[in-house]
Amino acid sequence: MLRILRERLRQGHRTMGFPRGEPPAMPARFRGLPVIDQSKCKDGCAACIEACPTGALTRGPGRALQIDLGKCLFCGDCTAACPTGAVSFSSDYRLAARNREDLVIGVKRLRLAEALGKDLRRLLGRSLRLRQVSAGGCAACEADANVLTTVGWDMGRFGIQFVASPRHADGLLVTGPVTLNMRGALEKTYAAVPEPKIVIASGACAISGGLYAGAPEASDGVAGILKVDLFVPGCPPHPLTLLDGLLRLLGRIR
Amino acid sequence: MATRAGSIELHNGTASEIKQVPVLSIGAFRDQVIGRVRDGAEIAALFAAPDPVGGGRSARFLLYALLAEHATGALRVTRAALTGSWPSLTPDCPSAHWFEREIAEQWNLVPEGHPWLKPIRFQPPMPGALPGREQPLVGDAQFFRVLGEEVHEVAVGPVHAGVIEPGHFRFQCHGETVLHLEISLGYQHRGIERALLGGPDTRSIHYAETLAGDTTVGHATAYCEALEALAGREAPPRAQAIRAIALELERAACHVGDLGALAGDVGFLPTASWCGRIRGDILNMTALICGSRFGRGLVRPGGVAFDLDHEMAGELRSRLQSSARDAAGACDLLWRSPSVVARFEGTGTLSGRIALEIGLTGPAARACGIDRDVRRDLPSGIWRFSQVPVSTWRTGDVFARAYVRWLEVQRSFAFIQDQLEALPAGDIRVALRPLVRGAVAVSMGEGWRGGICHVVLTNGRGKFARYKVVDPSFRNWFGLGLAMRGQQVSDFPLCNKSFNLSYSGHDL
Repeated sequence: MLRILRERLRQGHRTMGFPRGEPPAMPARFRGLPVIDQSKCKDGCAACIEACPTGALTRGPGRALQIDLGKCLFCGDCTAACPTGAVSFSSDYRLAARNREDLVIGVKRLRLAEALGKDLRRLLGRSLRLRQVSAGGCAACEADANVLTTVGWDMGRFGIQFVASPRHADGLLVTGPVTLNMRGALEKTYAAVPEPKIVIASGACAISGGLYAGAPEASDGVAGILKVDLFVPGCPPHPLTLLDGLLRLLGRIR
Repeated sequence: MATRAGSIELHNGTASEIKQVPVLSIGAFRDQVIGRVRDGAEIAALFAAPDPVGGGRSARFLLYALLAEHATGALRVTRAALTGSWPSLTPDCPSAHWFEREIAEQWNLVPEGHPWLKPIRFQPPMPGALPGREQPLVGDAQFFRVLGEEVHEVAVGPVHAGVIEPGHFRFQCHGETVLHLEISLGYQHRGIERALLGGPDTRSIHYAETLAGDTTVGHATAYCEALEALAGREAPPRAQAIRAIALELERAACHVGDLGALAGDVGFLPTASWCGRIRGDILNMTALICGSRFGRGLVRPGGVAFDLDHEMAGELRSRLQSSARDAAGACDLLWRSPSVVARFEGTGTLSGRIALEIGLTGPAARACGIDRDVRRDLPSGIWRFSQVPVSTWRTGDVFARAYVRWLEVQRSFAFIQDQLEALPAGDIRVALRPLVRGAVAVSMGEGWRGGICHVVLTNGRGKFARYKVVDPSFRNWFGLGLAMRGQQVSDFPLCNKSFNLSYSGHDL
């Protein structure tokens, strides 16, 4: 017993101060919100578009370069391919949006997620209970969602919790491209959540199918099956990106 | 490379012309595989491909076996021609069991006399498969059932209580005692082996990185070493060292996280809380190197994409020291708490004989006293020059699986410190030439769950005609089922976590 207490004192208090205090520092090589410098982007060049594994980069209106955060793996293959340094990744971890089309940036700036409507927030009160459904994810999204329950992040202090039963949940947090083999289970789990309910698509696979977009074994993400209330980009999203999105959804960060 | 008695001998991370591999009769092939496994080899891969490879719809197939001889460091490739069926190896060689089910499902070929033939993934047949069965309904298996008074069945999944991947578990119980557990997977099947055909292309490395998300470095390294073998180039020594550092960080992070989860499963919360955080600290070290906590973007064909400068190496060493101290403090409490040890000991026991027979790999096998580790026995990359002592235990129970992981965490920390002190100088990446045509490459690594195996066949244009992936989970899921026999239903979370197998790595 004394040994446990001694070790407890040594391990110390590690819960971060975010969002009241500073967010944890991102490593220098972290690839967050992409930045496109249109002035450096040469018309007629398609090096980054060809290098992108998921077709996230396209030419939009006025042939301006655009990037779809819902498809982006944040791998940096575009940065490596670009001869002029027009595409880069910033350390900005804030990526979550309410609408799918808000994730296409380059011409437009990213419109970060707004809070749920007042009525729904009143109904939820000070708690948000989520049933996580992994539907073809590689387990990285799941692992970094689970991290939010550890003492460092302690998502419970915001009243957010992952629950075992969909009956006890206010919504689903879905990861993976929704494999055909998981589609039925996802739909049944959604049906078991009482109304009103929300759906969060976390990670490139859940948003757009990611690497598996177009694969006959999967369904290009959750949006074609259920109405999605929050999109959290990343492969996988950093825990801070997911927490930021959840807190924005609840109106705790604006 | 030498041809001897119906197989060719390769070493890990090398390639050969495919025509050098003799095509045996199925009878001679069976004798090869069964005989060599009896003499101590393990089946690292057993798979089929249409003949000629990538030759469209064909009635003729080739059955390939890759046998790993841990005692000699040799990898033997052998193959046999077959048309619609073959006499199953499983009755004589149980470790072929899961592989033969996979082949049957992928190609509509039939292993005659297989004792337990049903789908493992409920996947659509591969392009070029024989006509026949289309994709079955997932989970629609003829489950093994125990009948009788007071016998009942517990069904769990695919959606589980925790934040984990999906799978279906059927327990046949008598009261609280589990007579049999059947594990039915495939919910995560997203067609990676099919999608890799015709590569390498811009997506291939990303498929490798997401075969099993928590084994990004392990699988990406296996992929890159296969490509390097096919391109006749080797990654520079500095890149090999950085890959190994990342691999050991991956191992340490996962083992520490699982030790915390095991503590949580027996209600020992101090260690559970600390290990969850320490795991994150280790993941953040990987992020320091490459920006991603899972090592995404680090390992690339020809080397690595990120270098470590002096300052970063120093930072890593100091963080490693404090994580090692924190992890030791957290885990020592586990071994010193009688309530924890009593719960771990004697739960979910597998004997060494069963482990060998079913082809168990990794820490789960080493916990049964099986002294095998790809890093030492079949070294490639930096492992040819730097060794990590192999950690084993004897009892084969939850305690042994937990303790072996703790031993491995310590060895990994020590290895990383050594590497950071003496990183080889030089480049971190070389350009690769186009891949050799009509070749076979073999690449293995010791991921944190055990032996990872990639076998690549190239076609006449130097593209992937068959890309076979064997994740360690593929070989270990059956072991979890056997470990549950005679246990209580309530022992399942503990047993499951002590293996912590990958669904996505299995389902591909």
